[in-house]
Amino acid sequence: MRSLFRLSGEGEGFVPPSSNDFELPPVFGDNAFTTKPIFLVFLSVILVSVFFLLSSRKAAVVPSKLQFAGESIYSFVRNDLGRDIIGHEFMRFVPYLFTLFTFVLTNNIFGIVPFLQFPTMSRVSFPYVLAVFTFVVFHYVGIRKQGIVKYLKDIMFMPGVPKPVYVLLTPIELATFFLVRPLTLSLRLFANMFAGHLLLLVFILGGEHLFQGVLGLKLISPFAFAFGIGLTFFEFMVQCLQAYIFTLLTALYIAGALADEH
Amino acid sequence: MENSLYAAAEKVNPLVPHTAELIVGAVAFSLLFIVLRSRVVPMFEKAFTERTAAIQGGMERAEKAQLEAQRALAQYNDQLSTAREEAQKMREDARVQGTAIVEELRVKAQEEAARITAAAHASIESERQQAVTSLRSEVGALAVELASKIVGEALDDQARQSRIVDRFLDDLEKSAK
Repeated sequence: MRSLFRLSGEGEGFVPPSSNDFELPPVFGDNAFTTKPIFLVFLSVILVSVFFLLSSRKAAVVPSKLQFAGESIYSFVRNDLGRDIIGHEFMRFVPYLFTLFTFVLTNNIFGIVPFLQFPTMSRVSFPYVLAVFTFVVFHYVGIRKQGIVKYLKDIMFMPGVPKPVYVLLTPIELATFFLVRPLTLSLRLFANMFAGHLLLLVFILGGEHLFQGVLGLKLISPFAFAFGIGLTFFEFMVQCLQAYIFTLLTALYIAGALADEH
Repeated sequence: MENSLYAAAEKVNPLVPHTAELIVGAVAFSLLFIVLRSRVVPMFEKAFTERTAAIQGGMERAEKAQLEAQRALAQYNDQLSTAREEAQKMREDARVQGTAIVEELRVKAQEEAARITAAAHASIESERQQAVTSLRSEVGALAVELASKIVGEALDDQARQSRIVDRFLDDLEKSAK
């Protein structure tokens, strides 16, 4: 029985996928701007731009199928993420939220698109950049709306709290607004994409490796592939969800900065 | 390459960002933001505004049409009831007029009948008078003739003759009474 599961006699063990699998070498020479993730980011910009330019080109009262598709995504972000959360000033932030959602969603879905098969957001640099944008936007909005003094005062000294509590609350609030929010925002997205891609690698590379083994292992390998396919669907859900959460949290932070009291 | 994978020390820390990727991420996102903000969002908003306007316009038009229809209906009902009243009045008038005409005709007919009756009476009376007069002379002549035959006495004298006849007739009348 043991021999049935023994790996191939060459002694070449299975190399589990690691974070190194995300370090893709430049395509052209040593140029760090020619890696796959960077091409994918530009591809996402082109795809999203072309799709929405085409679907919004006519802006007809009675939409075509294409316009309807584009409009559905746009009005989802505009109404469910913008209007319902930010309130009456939401229109100013719709372009940002819309860009955020479509950009993150497209780059996430690249993770399961055949041949591309790499979620760009599993490169931590991109979530960092987006989190910094959101960080700048919501603080800027809050300062513009309430003045820097009142804005900082509201963050540090939450109104309606007994004074001694500030000893605890002020550091927590400061950390929340200036450290935890951007960090969790970027790391949540990054970690989900990273872990998801790693999981797919484990099952699919594992299945491949099992298939090279002896008969017993060959029989198991289809299960690994099947699991990999099931996980692909699961990944699709996670990818959409993470794009939604990133945009939702950005909208919530903006709404919080706009509100008179935090 | 494979050997290096076993060495944990050589593993890359996935949390460390790459400068190139940071730059590309910021540039790409900004590009997309500019495109979507300047071209896509205004067009979708325009479509939404126009759609809202179209729907509202349609609803207003429908409301107006409904009001119009209601007004027309009220007007028709009004006209209908007026027409009914008029018809009722006309029937009433006709009935009254008919009665009047019948009454008038009846009166006329009665008058005519009375007139005809009166004329008949008059003519009968005159004919009776005529008959009485002629009878009186004829009966007188016959009676005289008869009497003269019976009595044998000629009653030639006209004057006497008529006196006798008159007296006879008077006697007759008296006895008749």
